[in-house]
Amino acid sequence: MSRHVPRLLAIGSARIGSILLALVLAITVLGPALAPLSPLDFIGTPFQAPNAHAWLGTDVLGRDVLSRLLLGGYRILGLSALATVLGVLAGALLGMTAGYAKGAADEIIMRLLDVVLAFPQIILALLFVSIIGPELWLIVLIVAGFHAPQVARVARAATLRVAEEDYIRFAETIGMSRLKILIQEIFPNILTPLIVEAGLRFTYSIALIAGLNFLGLGTQPPTADWGLMINENRIGLATNPWPVVIPVLLIALLTIGTNLLADALGRVAFGRVEAGSDEAGRAARNRGPALPRADSAGVAEVQA
Amino acid sequence: MSRPFFRHPLLQLLVRRVLLGLFSLLLVSIVVFAATQMLPGDAARAVIGRGGSPDHLEALRHQLHLDLPAVTQYRLWLGGFLSGDAGTSLVNGRPVIESIAVRLVNSFTLLVLVLLIGIPLAIGLGIVAAVRRNTALDTVSSVVALALAAIPEFVIGIALIVFFATVVLHWLPPVSMVRPGTSVFARPLNLVLPVATLIIAIFPYSFRMIRASMIDVLDSEYIEMATLKGLSRRRIVLLHALPNAIAPTIQAIALTCGYLAGGCVVVEFVFGFPGIGQGLVNAVLARDIPYIQCTVLLLAAFYVVVNLLADLVAILVTPKLRSAVS
Repeated sequence: MSRHVPRLLAIGSARIGSILLALVLAITVLGPALAPLSPLDFIGTPFQAPNAHAWLGTDVLGRDVLSRLLLGGYRILGLSALATVLGVLAGALLGMTAGYAKGAADEIIMRLLDVVLAFPQIILALLFVSIIGPELWLIVLIVAGFHAPQVARVARAATLRVAEEDYIRFAETIGMSRLKILIQEIFPNILTPLIVEAGLRFTYSIALIAGLNFLGLGTQPPTADWGLMINENRIGLATNPWPVVIPVLLIALLTIGTNLLADALGRVAFGRVEAGSDEAGRAARNRGPALPRADSAGVAEVQA
Repeated sequence: MSRPFFRHPLLQLLVRRVLLGLFSLLLVSIVVFAATQMLPGDAARAVIGRGGSPDHLEALRHQLHLDLPAVTQYRLWLGGFLSGDAGTSLVNGRPVIESIAVRLVNSFTLLVLVLLIGIPLAIGLGIVAAVRRNTALDTVSSVVALALAAIPEFVIGIALIVFFATVVLHWLPPVSMVRPGTSVFARPLNLVLPVATLIIAIFPYSFRMIRASMIDVLDSEYIEMATLKGLSRRRIVLLHALPNAIAPTIQAIALTCGYLAGGCVVVEFVFGFPGIGQGLVNAVLARDIPYIQCTVLLLAAFYVVVNLLADLVAILVTPKLRSAVS
């Protein structure tokens, strides 16, 4: 992928995306070291306006907003990354198996994934979280499970192309095992579409995990978390808006950054926008069986 | 058509899609039922709490059919659901359907308003962007659409509250607090921010869809022909290109409806909007099992049906797909 970097940075939206992502990453990574106070200590009355002691004021329970902001991001990012990686790996495995095995195995795997896609995802997430409880491992598994079917489609399509290549024929001829061919020959050669897909999926992971935290179904109080902070502190918007406004800004900038970057990556890697990349559109995330869409040809023209 | 109609591949494809849709619905109902069976402890115990007398517990178990085998419970539950009896709410003892019906009307109002305003907006701007392809206007609107597509709905909603209802301006009510059971039309201003949030959420997808398909059509030979004939640009775009570009948009609308089935949950929670999504979150917090089952099944059914419609439309309007199967 590294050969794509200069071409990537030639795209304006990719530059904006990288700057936004770097900014939010810097806050989440350096934040824990920079936090002036403990995120859990009560330092004064609730919803104080910014002052010399608490630079961004206090929150609903009188805790330091700045410290909670600096510590409230790395969990979202870490969990989103984990969910994305798990989802992409599971999806890649399923898609490669289906695409390489062909026949009945292909049909069974893909039809089952169609059925998974036929579930409204956020509602399913609500159902499971309400039953098992707001466990972080559950959130990661749910989000990863949402990614797997779409990734599997991308992986299967790429595998079907690769499987026709001579080096695969050669590997088969010299008696390489099918598992070895999948991992050593096919996987490295479908990495580009997988990485592009992972980029798009990452934005979705962040949105979903932050959203579940906001609903109170993810990270639990008193932990500092941007999504949770927004919901906790909205009753004090009139008195001290900062504990709501800044997490809103940070989540927005982060998701915009990752989406712009992932979209540009897709354009550079394929020379056009792959069908999968209108996944950036919300409605597309949950849609049913893949069908050719008029979308794929047009969007690329912007930068062509 | 040389072969009998019922053997026609297009019809077979449609039938297959419909069967797949029905199968998905059946699986959804099984998952919903099984998931609520997995609740730790027993539903009756969860409702009554530790204080309940054994008699009371036994009576409730019987009322909820918890004393029957799981398969029988499932059959009774699904049969009741299909005949319009989804059980009684564990919170207020009234039929679930009754309280869901009012919320359905409110959510449906939201859905219709969002589609009526959002889709024409996306189509209009999509056409303008396609006609002025590669101008600054087009590039900026495409990047803005891409950025908006990324932001989670609740962040959009809260940002609108900050701007229009609390910190910056005070034009609109920040929450749609009305007594549960009242119609949202009692205070129309309450609708503005939830509708605006969902429009912003659905806009990017439809916009990009119509822009891309419009560009495809504008590049085609018959449009070039029309241009060479000396027809006005406006006439070409609106009369010749638009009808052919609109087909994918129908699919976009159906998929948008499907998205709204899930999107309404978060947005209604943000604004305290008395719709089916807020009802679901409340029921989840109160562990009102019949209510959760009924809402989830309704939303899932709606989702499956609109996705199915989207697929059918896509098959019918895409010549490539039609010919691929014949």
